[in-house]
Amino acid sequence: MSDEIYYKTATELRSLLDEKQISSVELIQAVIDRTHAVDSKINAYLDTNENQALAMAQASDERRASGQTRGPLDGIPVSVKDLIVEKGKKARCASRILENFTSPYDATAIINLHNAGAIPWGRVNMDEFAMGSSTETSYFKKTVNPWDLERIPGGSSGGSAACVAAGETILSLGSDTGGSIRQPAALCGVIGMKPTYGTVSRHGLIAFASSLDQIGPFSRCVEDSAMLFDAISGHDPLDSTSYAGEIPKCADALRTKKGPWKLGIPKEYFPDTLDPEIHAAIKSAIESYREKGCEIVEVELPHTDLAIPVYYIIATAEASSNLSRYDGIRYTHRSDETSNALDIYFKSRGEGFGEEVKRRICLGSFVLSSGYYDAYYLRAQKVRNLIRKDFQEAFKKVDALLTPTSPTPAFKFGERSDDPITMYLSDIFTINVNLAGFPALSLPCGLTSGNLPIGLQIIGQPLKEDDLFAIAHSHEEAHDYCKLHPCI
Amino acid sequence: MEYEPVIGLEVHVQLKTETKMFTRAPYHYGAEPNTLTDPVVLGMPGTLPVMNKKAVEMTIKAGLLLGCKIPETSKWDRKNYFYPDMPKNYQISQFDQPICDGGEVEIEMEGASRNIMGEHRKVQLTRIHLEEDVGKLTHCENESLVDYNRAGAPLVEIVSEPDLYSADEAFAYLTALRNCLVAAGISECDMEKGQMRCDANVSIRPKGTHELGTKVEIKNLNTISGVRNGIIYEIQRQTLAMENNQPIVQETRRWNAEEAYTTSMRSKEMAHDYRYFPDPDLMPVRVSKEWLNEVARDIPELPFDKQRRFFNDYDLPYTLTSVLCPDAKLAAYFEEALTIYKKPKQIANFIANDLLRELSAAGEHGALPLESCKIKPAHIAELVQFIDKGEISNQIAKEVFPEMFRTGNPPGQIIEEKGLKQSTDTGELEAVCLEVIAENPKPVQEFKEGKEAAINALKGQVMKATRGKANPKLVDDLLRQLLS
Repeated sequence: MSDEIYYKTATELRSLLDEKQISSVELIQAVIDRTHAVDSKINAYLDTNENQALAMAQASDERRASGQTRGPLDGIPVSVKDLIVEKGKKARCASRILENFTSPYDATAIINLHNAGAIPWGRVNMDEFAMGSSTETSYFKKTVNPWDLERIPGGSSGGSAACVAAGETILSLGSDTGGSIRQPAALCGVIGMKPTYGTVSRHGLIAFASSLDQIGPFSRCVEDSAMLFDAISGHDPLDSTSYAGEIPKCADALRTKKGPWKLGIPKEYFPDTLDPEIHAAIKSAIESYREKGCEIVEVELPHTDLAIPVYYIIATAEASSNLSRYDGIRYTHRSDETSNALDIYFKSRGEGFGEEVKRRICLGSFVLSSGYYDAYYLRAQKVRNLIRKDFQEAFKKVDALLTPTSPTPAFKFGERSDDPITMYLSDIFTINVNLAGFPALSLPCGLTSGNLPIGLQIIGQPLKEDDLFAIAHSHEEAHDYCKLHPCI
Repeated sequence: MEYEPVIGLEVHVQLKTETKMFTRAPYHYGAEPNTLTDPVVLGMPGTLPVMNKKAVEMTIKAGLLLGCKIPETSKWDRKNYFYPDMPKNYQISQFDQPICDGGEVEIEMEGASRNIMGEHRKVQLTRIHLEEDVGKLTHCENESLVDYNRAGAPLVEIVSEPDLYSADEAFAYLTALRNCLVAAGISECDMEKGQMRCDANVSIRPKGTHELGTKVEIKNLNTISGVRNGIIYEIQRQTLAMENNQPIVQETRRWNAEEAYTTSMRSKEMAHDYRYFPDPDLMPVRVSKEWLNEVARDIPELPFDKQRRFFNDYDLPYTLTSVLCPDAKLAAYFEEALTIYKKPKQIANFIANDLLRELSAAGEHGALPLESCKIKPAHIAELVQFIDKGEISNQIAKEVFPEMFRTGNPPGQIIEEKGLKQSTDTGELEAVCLEVIAENPKPVQEFKEGKEAAINALKGQVMKATRGKANPKLVDDLLRQLLS
């Protein structure tokens, strides 16, 4: 528990701002001061724009004074993962190859933040091009887990999760391709949510795997995430994969939707290898839902074990193509030692990309190559359909699924970085959700004996984010895990 | 042994849209380098393609025009390869589900002479698909420059079956295709501006056999004559190789127009692996019945169908139809004139000869386009009416026409202002005739001795004296009367 401004939630701050107990300028200043105090340890931020943020806070205060606030997020600071572009700001994807790239335009999600009066005030670290589960593949710095400075914050949105957990922002925007919001949220003890594919525009989200990527919120309470989702979601004509129908408004639904719900437990998500303390914490969360009158049923997702191979075929195939534009010709890093066009490609990309990115480009190029396409990419797409059908079947019986978010709590630096497969298994419970396109969030549900956060994953139905948030909210109301903060 | 060439053409045609294929950046020819761009065109991080519906519509239109099947669903694929003219290093194209399947193009071979219609045949198409164009590279001594203006412009690729059997047929195919697409307003098809580009797949086989030989792809055929010459060269090269028992290698060759030969670009082993896969940023294209019907309403008559109609309905000679029909605008101009006065042959003659001559003389770079012509179709109809009514002679009409072209004034006004109306006043004319008879005793004598042609000399003198305004028929009658 903390009375510090920087540890308040947007929901609490909204009242404080409305009651004029604080100003947005004071709030931003508190977050800036906190960041100055702890980020030398946490290393969450790549860039901050303090003066601009203070000016925006000033404008927000003026709007509030004249009764023209733009909604519940007006004046609230939001940090932004380094792959969501902002006009005039560097967007480097934590990669050397984009070290000098400044975006000439705003992502739709950023425009939506501005329209809501929120203040995108700094850019946070991530795994290079969102490829990783520990934020260790960043070219620029190693972000640490605020709960244990020797451990990784998770990834790829490790900067977002760490800065929310450490009180270096109120909210953050991350992106989730295979668990990149939910896994770091679980490991850092905050809330992270991946929306239904198509509900948040990808325009301005630097692509890793286009058919899986979604932008989503990080926060320290469920209502905050619901508000941030409400602000950034909506149809966008600039994204052809954007959903054109109605998307639920979630923050208000928290007060109207009270359950009880029918909740499914997929047995495939509780393997013997699951960390026993995590297993126990999830079980106790399930029990608490049962006690609230929810019906708990076991469900099957029989194709679960195919998720990792299918994911690493589809995601790398798309990435190999998406990342080919970083070629040393225009805005990207160019090697100093080039004598012809091929040199520009080979040396610039060779110097610009890190090992994990190169591994995935090679893998993706291979699975798409002539003679292998049918055996790998095409077959993976077929299995992806089976995985989606698994979920559709399960959801005929239940409103949501409860699973652990990550099979282990935060691990130590270097522990898995030399073993890609073990690293890939960090996302074993989250990847399927992206393949199916469903929404899911991770909610703190306990601490290990080593004082490391544990996340409960709640998987919802497509376009029923209102239910998803409401289910999470009902657990949050009964427990205080969300109010725990690390000692830094 | 005699060899027979088999040719298939891949023709790229830029669509006449206002904006690019997957973004709202404008596209037109001839702008300053790198001014028709936006973050999408430049492949900036985070940008996404959004389909230009108009371009899809024009592709459907091309398909309906050429008798293609339009499947309900087609999709977008990425063609991956590294080249600096392509900002994303992949091109959004269509791999296995194009917008149009099959189809055919009617061609006409050269006739025995200009006045005689050549043989007609239908060339089979494989498919038409839509994609985005790439930028343009200019190689200098120590650097290469890139212009992304053209990058992302909508481009259709029209692929023929290996169904052409000579360079002349390929030439005829390209001409016919261009006439169809221009007529439908799909593209200007100006090869000089890169709006139409052509690659040819050429193979040869012993005459009388049916199996296809090893194909060689010829690139850089950038003019209509280049297509003909490049193919002729390649047929000769392959024939020579066959005759000398040298293998023909499956490869891509580049046509060098200045020095008139092809050189190898890459062999089959070096061929790109484009790693095609469905573009996850775009939804499949669904063509509803309603949409198809809507586009079908806007399909114009094909040039050769028009030609057949002009033969039948207007009884025009082949030479006139072959001038009017390939150019839809010219044909429409002609038919508009007919609505005022239905004398097809005379009107067609004025358009095919006088009008085209004036347009050609007036243009600075090539002929002036018909749109900039000041003569209204009705004016030509009126001019013919004046001749038919005997108010002016053909000779006067030929003088009036350039004035019409220069001023845009109706013929009546020009005839009036210049006092060119034919004289029908017999009294006045009789006086002139008498004068001419008096001054030309020699032809008068000859005529009286039975030399019929001598009267022409006298007629000529009368026309000269009246500055062409006399009605020739009337002059003839008068002279005969006076000399009898």
